[in-house]
Order: sequence, then C-alpha cells, then structure tokens
Amino acid sequence: MKKTHFSETHTPDGFNPSTIDSRDSTQDKLVPIRAQNTGSELDHGLIAEIQANPTAIIHRANTLKNRRSVKSHWQTAWLLKAITLMDLTTLAGDDTPGRVTRLAAKAQSPVSMEILQKLKVEKCNLKVGAVCVYHEMIAPALDALKGSSIPIAAVSTGFPAGLNPFDLRLAEIKESVSLGAQEIDVVISRRHVLTENWEELYDEIKLFKEACNPAKLKVILATGELVTMRNIAKASMVAMMAGADFIKTSTGKEPVNATLPVSLVMIRAIRSYFELTGNRVGFKPAGGISKAKESLQYLMLIKEELGTKWLSPGLFRFGASSLLNDIERQLEHQATGRYSASHRHPQG
Amino acid sequence: MNVMNIFESMDYGLSPESRTEADQWLENRGKKFGHYIAGAYRQSTKPNYFTTYNPATGEELAQIASGTKGDVDKAVDAAVKAQKKWNRIGGYQRAKYLYAIARSIQRHARFLAVLETLDNGKPIRETRDLDIPLVARHFYFHAGLAQLGDTELSDRIPHGVCGQIIPWNFPLLMLAWKVAPAIALGNTVVLKPSEHTPLSSLFFAEILSQVNLPAGVVNIVTGDGITGEHIVKHPDIHKIAFTGSTSVGKRIRHLTAKDNKSLTLELGGKSPFIVCSDADLDSAVEGIVDAIWLNQGEVCCAGSRLLVQESIADIFLAKVRKRMNDLRVGSPLDKSTDIGSIISKKQRNHISEMVALGKEEKGTVYQPQLPLPQNGFFYPPTLVTGLTPSSVLMREEIFGPVLVSMTFRTHREAISLANNSKYGLAASVWSENINMALEIAYELQCGVVWINSTNTFDAAAGFGGYKESGFGREGGWEGIDYYTKPKPPKLPVQARAKSRSKLVYEKEIPESLIDQTPKLYIGGRKVRPDGGYSLKVFNPQGEIVGTVGKGNRKDIRNAVEAARSASSWKQASAYNRSQILYFLAENLAMREKEFARRIELQTMCDSGEALHEVRTSIETLFYFASWADKFEGRIHQVAARKTVMSLNEPVGIVGVVCPNQYTLWGFVVMMAALVSMGNRCVVIPSETSPLSSTDFSQILDTSDIPAGVVNLITGYHDDLVKTLVEHEDIDAIWFAGCSTQNAMVNKMSVGNLKRIWLLENNLNCWYNQKSGYYKECLKHSVEIKNIWIPFGE
Repeated sequence: MKKTHFSETHTPDGFNPSTIDSRDSTQDKLVPIRAQNTGSELDHGLIAEIQANPTAIIHRANTLKNRRSVKSHWQTAWLLKAITLMDLTTLAGDDTPGRVTRLAAKAQSPVSMEILQKLKVEKCNLKVGAVCVYHEMIAPALDALKGSSIPIAAVSTGFPAGLNPFDLRLAEIKESVSLGAQEIDVVISRRHVLTENWEELYDEIKLFKEACNPAKLKVILATGELVTMRNIAKASMVAMMAGADFIKTSTGKEPVNATLPVSLVMIRAIRSYFELTGNRVGFKPAGGISKAKESLQYLMLIKEELGTKWLSPGLFRFGASSLLNDIERQLEHQATGRYSASHRHPQG
Repeated sequence: MNVMNIFESMDYGLSPESRTEADQWLENRGKKFGHYIAGAYRQSTKPNYFTTYNPATGEELAQIASGTKGDVDKAVDAAVKAQKKWNRIGGYQRAKYLYAIARSIQRHARFLAVLETLDNGKPIRETRDLDIPLVARHFYFHAGLAQLGDTELSDRIPHGVCGQIIPWNFPLLMLAWKVAPAIALGNTVVLKPSEHTPLSSLFFAEILSQVNLPAGVVNIVTGDGITGEHIVKHPDIHKIAFTGSTSVGKRIRHLTAKDNKSLTLELGGKSPFIVCSDADLDSAVEGIVDAIWLNQGEVCCAGSRLLVQESIADIFLAKVRKRMNDLRVGSPLDKSTDIGSIISKKQRNHISEMVALGKEEKGTVYQPQLPLPQNGFFYPPTLVTGLTPSSVLMREEIFGPVLVSMTFRTHREAISLANNSKYGLAASVWSENINMALEIAYELQCGVVWINSTNTFDAAAGFGGYKESGFGREGGWEGIDYYTKPKPPKLPVQARAKSRSKLVYEKEIPESLIDQTPKLYIGGRKVRPDGGYSLKVFNPQGEIVGTVGKGNRKDIRNAVEAARSASSWKQASAYNRSQILYFLAENLAMREKEFARRIELQTMCDSGEALHEVRTSIETLFYFASWADKFEGRIHQVAARKTVMSLNEPVGIVGVVCPNQYTLWGFVVMMAALVSMGNRCVVIPSETSPLSSTDFSQILDTSDIPAGVVNLITGYHDDLVKTLVEHEDIDAIWFAGCSTQNAMVNKMSVGNLKRIWLLENNLNCWYNQKSGYYKECLKHSVEIKNIWIPFGE
C-alpha cells in the first residue's frame, strides 16, 4: 500500500483527502485553522516516499512566470502587497543602532506619501511585515518600532552556520524572545539532512520550537547547501512536523539562495502538510530577491500553488534588503508614467 | 478599478495583448486574400471566397480565396518550373534563404503570435512562448540541414514537388514542419493551410517575398478539403505530406493508391499519460496540464488517456481536480489565460457529444465551475474517471480539453493498456524509478515517449507515429528520408530477362512425374496447406520441375499467428541476430551448387548466372549480418539536461511478397533485412519460381532462427496477397510482386494504415549491395522511437 497513509494515519482533525478537490474556501469549513503550527509525529514512512522531480519542477517554475501577468492597477496593488509581506532585513557584521533605526523608520513608511497619494492609496497605512535583525540589534529595533505593531524577527541559533553548542543555541532563542522578538529565524544543522538523519533534525527543531514559545518559529533550511530537491522537500516536511511556523529558504549567506524552483518544492511540501494536518505553515524565500518583477513572480507562485489565502503576512514573507527600493521605483512609475531612479526614494 | 480592492482580492485582472498591428495588417490587405503562387498573391481563377473567423469572438477576420483545380494547377506548374533550379543552386544557397526566413520569423515574432491567436483561439502565452519560437527553431535547424545535405546526403535526391496539407491546431508550426525540410532538401512546395486558420500562412508568404525566395519554391493555395483533394490527386506532385485526422489520412492513402506517391501522414492519437505510484505526483499534475490543456487539448499528441496506478489513484485524481479549479478559461489574447477557444462550433459540439457519451458509459464527469466567456466556442477543462478499456472515450480521439482516466495495477499492465489502441503517436511516463520508466518507454508502441515530461518538441528530434497514427517522421536527421529518395545508380545494372516460368494448377496437368512433398513453412514447421491442394512448378519450356503447397487465406492467418507468437525475436540481442544471419549464409554456401541448379532448372537461365545469384544471396546475408548490430539510433542534442534517445525499433510483422525474377535473391534480400532488425515476416515466395524459397526453409531449419520469425506460404499471388495486405495484425507490406497490383496493395492497406513499400521497379538497380538500395531496406525495417529523458537531481 503506497501513500495511502496520507489518509489513514494523519487525520487528526477528521480531515479527509477526498475533499482536496473542493475549493479552498470549502476546506476552511472542514479544517480548523490554527494560528501556530502544532506539529505532528515524525512519520518516517511519509518522509521516505517524498518525491521531487527536479526537471519537472524547474519546468513548472519557469513556465509559471509566463502563465500569469499583472498589469496597471493590478500591478500596483500587487506591489503594495509585496511590501506588506516583506521582512525588511539587515544582517551584517557592521550593523549599529543607528543603522537599525534608519531601517525601522523605512519599515514604518516604506513608500513616500507623495507616491501613495498619486496612487490614491494614502490611507492604506502601508508598512512592512517585520524587521529582521541579529540578537544584539533587537533592543534598538524595539525602540525605533515602538507603537508601530511591526514585529521584530531575530535570527538565531548561531546564524548563519548553526554550529554553535546546542545548549547555547537554545539559550540564544530564549534570550531573544525574552528581549521582545516575536519571530525567531533559526538555522538547522545541515548535516542532519545530508546524512538523512531525520530523527535528529526533528528533535532539534522541536527543541527550538519549545524554546521559542510564544514567538513564531521560522526555520531556515539553507537550501543552497542541501543541494537536491528531494533533500529540500524532505527537510521541509520534517521541519513542519517538528512545529515550524514558517519554513524559509536561506540565510542569504549561502552561495545559492532563494530560487523559484526551490520555492516550489517547499510550497508543495507546505500544501501536503496542510492537506495532512490542517496546519497552515508560512513560507519565506530569502536572499537574492531584489527586483519588483521577481517579487510578483513569487506572489503568483504562491497564489497558484497555495491559494490567495497564503498572500498574507502571517503566511508569507520575503526576506529582502534591496527589494523595497526597486518596488518603490516601479510604484513611482505606476504613479507618474515616468521611469524612476533609486535616489528619489528615501534610504532605509 | 480600485487598487485597495485588488489589494484585498489579489486578482490577476486584465492583461490583454495588443492586436493593433494584426488588425492594421488585415485592414491594409483589404481583409481579402488570394493565393500565393509563383512569388505573388494571385486572384483565384473563379473568385470564390470563404470567411475566416476569430473563434473566441465570432468576428469575421478576412475573406479567403477558395482554391479551384485551376488554382492548384497553376501552383503546381510554378513549383515544377522552380524545382530544378532550386535543387541545383546547392545546399549553401538554400541555407541562406532558410536562415533569412528564420530571422524574419523572429523579427515578426509577436505579430505572428497575435495573428495566430486571433485566427485559432489558442492563448497568446502558447503562440508567443511555444508555437512561434519553435517555428523559428525549425527553419534554423533546416537551414543547417540544407547546407550539410550536399556532403552528408550525396546519395539522395529530392522528390520534386511536394503537396502539403496542414491542420488548424498549430497552423504556422505545422507549416514550418512541412515547408522547412522540403525546401531545405531541394523540393518545391504547394501548401494548403486549413480553411479555419489561413492567416499566418498568408503572412508567411509575405515573409517569403521579403527574403526574395525564388518564385514558385513555395506556393500557398487556400481552401477546404476539396482544394486539398486537387493537390493530392495532381499528377505532377510526387510527395504528399499531411497532418490531420486519421480518417482524412486514410482517404489520402486511398486517393494516392494508383500513382504511388510518397506519403507522410501524421494523424490522430489517444496518447497515454502513465502515472506510477512512485512518481512526483505534484509534477505529474502539472504534466497533465501541459498534456491535455495545452491548446484546448486540440493536439494530436495530447496526453488524453490518463492511466494511473490504482494505489495512488484517489489521491492523484483529487490533486488533478483541485488543479483544474485554478485553470483560467478566457480571452486568448489575455496573458493570464490557460485555455482559449475551441476552433469551431462544430468541434465544440463534437466535444460535448463525446462527454455526454462518457456519462452514458458510466464515467464520472468533473468540470470545475469556471466562468466562460459569452461569445466564442469555449469549453471547460473536463476529467472523466471510472472508464474501462471498452469505453468509447478511452478509444476514440476527442480533440478537446477532455482527459479520460483509468487505473492499472502494475507497470506491465500499464504497458498493455497503453498499447491497447489503434493509435501510437506519443506517450508520457511518470516514475522516479529509471528502470521502470525506461522499460515502459521501450515497450510502448509509439513514436515519442516523454519521461517525466510531456509535449516537448525540438527540430532536432523526429516526431511521428506508429500504427494508425500515421507514418513518416518530421524533424531531425530521420525526417530527411521522407523528403528525399535514393539517387538511382549512374550506370544502370544490366536487367535480367524476366522469368518466363509459370505455375499451373495441378488438376489441369497429368499426374506428377517428380515425387516431392509440397509443404508450407509456418511457425518453424513444414505444414500441409490448409486446402490440401498442391501446385506444380514448370520451367519456361513447360517441363515440371517441382511442386509446392497451394496456400490459402487460412494459411496466411496461421502464419501471421505464428509470427505474432515469435515476439521474443524483438528482444534477441543484435549480436544474436547477426550470428544467425551469418549462419544462414554459411549453410547456404554449403549448398551453393544445389541452389544454383534449382534456379537454373526453374528459370532456365545460364548456370553461371544462377551461381552468381546464389553467391550474391550469400553476400547479402553477410551484408545484413554486418548491419544487424550496427544500424543504430542516435542521441539528439535538444537542450541542457535533456537527452533524446532515438531508437531504431523493428516495425513488427511484415508481409513480404517476392518478385518473380531473382527467385532466390529476391527473397533473401528482403527476409535478411527484416530479420536483421528484429522483424518477423510472412513471405509469399515468387509465384512462378517458388522452389528456391521453399528449399531455403531447410536452411532456416538448420540455422537456429526461432520458429515463427520467417514463414513461407506458396501459392497463387491472386489468392494470397489480398488476405496478407488486409490482415490487421500485419504492420507493413513489402511488395515486389507484379506491379499491376501496386494500386490494389496500397488501397487494401488502409484498414490499419500499415506501411507499404513497393519495390518491383527498383529491383534491377538493387541487385548489388553497393547500389545504396540495401540501406533503404534497413530504413524500411525500422520505426524510429524518440524517448525524451530529462535528467538531473
């Protein structure tokens, strides 16, 4: 019997796979949606059967870009949406409180009021999804974001390599949470994936999750170092079973960061996990996404493969630092009809 | 539209491609088109116009001339006049024209995409990203082939004037598939686009004028099936290439039976899409989208027949249904449209009727609730599950966005279900197990197999079908053979006098003077003829030289069954086949004198001549033994991380009718070629001098050739040929019998569209392995299967 344990052993909420064919909205009635991922048992059988055909995945990712198009008002709306889904990020060795304060200011007013007025969206209270920093920068970020309701995400667990002593990694999470970080971006031990030690990976992430409470756990897979699509698909599934609220592609420090094909693999894992458990897990591509056009492609990918519901800050984020500037330029073009220049938009 | 509302809904909105330039062009041409003949638009001889419509809106696009016989005659005249010079200017000169056409297609890429979408109703995404780039690619590839032909194909010559009839589903792409190889190799062309979609062909004519293609090299006559028939019947056209339905293909086979035109038919299909339990199911779902919802499913190689492994069927079908909900049916010019308009009301009604039939057949029909445009001929994506192999929907082509599905238990069963079809065009196989995927690909009877992919094309890889999906290949090196023929030898080989010996029915002659056992050779055994009669063989002076069994239709039936059972021959190693052919040669050599004497007795030829024929036969066996393990396929270079393995597969069971001259060699050359490539054959030996073939059965007996691979049925050709040619379980006929029967043989093959090769006129040129004709035998002994194998982890 193949794969049928999808329906046999994983129906904690009375979820019945035969209802997959109903539309997204119908599923909502059947499956209780939780704010956070409660996780599940590690299912070795399910992990072993995960397939991911790389060439077919690359083909889908490449053609999807040309299957959909958003123009004029729709493009404006989609670009604004992309801003609200952004983890505005600074993760550099030379970060200072001053740098973080600038970033926080940009997070609260990501696009100049003049452009928003021209686009007739000045009342939208536009802001980014979160600000993402190292632990040491949580305090200045908190100060600068006071009253804004923008959450602070802190990278943790010996980011980016994740090879610090395990107890220190757990302590780091706890410290960041106690300082006020509402989201913790952890890195996994890549060796557990490369040696296919799913038990260890599951246990590691489960402990991260416990340490993280009540903040959201965002698990960085560092896909560029996992190499194969199958590894990425399996690691995604293990991370979600262990309780990840978000799965995230990259630290931004690997040689290859977020790509559409890798994102597709992770997104499909999220979909399978949702069909299995009713838990909606978020997705965060990070690193290398710097063009407005690319951001639209990601949004299309999410809309097509997961549905419009996933296009919300609770379920999707871009990890990006220079993307915002390109989106601002495109928005100004939408507003004025003239192509824009970087220097016309306030720096973060 | 309020941005904040869109921000909430995150809809795609409208994203229409502009049609201004296409409309402008139609306007400039007065929305009225004549034929393109001898390098210019011409008015019809009896002007009579029909309308081409935009199927997505119903609007009239232009008036198109309806081609009469006079128009076709003029076009053919122009093509005839142009052909000699066009061939003479050489490959490099022709390459420059083809290159210019390719470049010009690219320069007009978006215009052509829009025009095609307007006329056909398929989404702009497809014309823009698939059709038009592939058109340019095809002309580039054949520009190269034109030039290389001078050196690589020096033993072949063009057919002359080619008549080409193309369908409406990929109008310009099918034009490219037809025109590019034809003109690259020195032919000239009279082409008829479909009456539904003539516009891109007519713009293509303007491109030809722009690049100064010599007048008459390509002529385009518009019209419907009647115009097509004028082309098919025209005596000065030597080659017909047709893409379209199997029924029209059969009609063309019929119409061309008498004058024996070279034919390429690319016909219908019911291509299986096989999903194994270990497949990447999400990717396979997208494969289905590309397989059956590309071009509204109006694709000859559409993966229209889903075979899904029983253990995953529920999960997989649920995924397919969910995916269907997200397809967008709508304006073909909108960049976010997945499924455009069906070509015509008639076709849409046909689809509706088929789906209704599916319901009657107890199929479960799923259609997502998608908004369809009010005008035009739109039809929603449809999935019919729970069908069985006997359901009409599982067997007949629908040519619409309708996927029908069935389950299988094991991959072996998948193979057998997949092959349980009169068609054999393409297949798609989804499995992460390369052993299983390749086994399935190898066993499927079809011209193209896509592993973990679907509907991918490239000019370097041939395309074409098995069985009733037609014959001939388009694209790649393998496509060359269908637009050229072997060059006749410079010094004609001395023709030998035709045999004057004859066969007489036993009742009419006195009692036997020679005691011999008259038997047929079926399934490796000498068997008495079913009818229980025998025939005496006379030499030209009327002396009895032997007797043979008088075979009848039941003997043919038994022989075909024996051949069918000998299926393991296909699996025999090439080395094994080669050894057996060498062994046949060795055993024949041992009895050289006896065989020569028999030829002499039957034909009363000179004894030296007889011995020469035996020795030539031995050499021939050696020749095909040599090729048995060397006539190989190719690897096509199509794209990074994609290998296309082009295999030479045996055609299957071939009916062979031997000539009356060359009583031994005529049999040996055909049998040896076929056997060397793994075919089985049912042979009707020479009518007048059959004894050399029947003697040869003893050599077969002593040479380890498996039972049923070669079967011999002696008798009157009039009694036997019809049964043989009409037999539905025979894949091809090699006919070297009396040429007065050629037309009949062509006609009778229509039932299952078996491949017909008529050789009688060539035999004198052939009687020498250096003539190059032996190679022709090998080519006719194989079907080419292209297996696409994407790779990478």
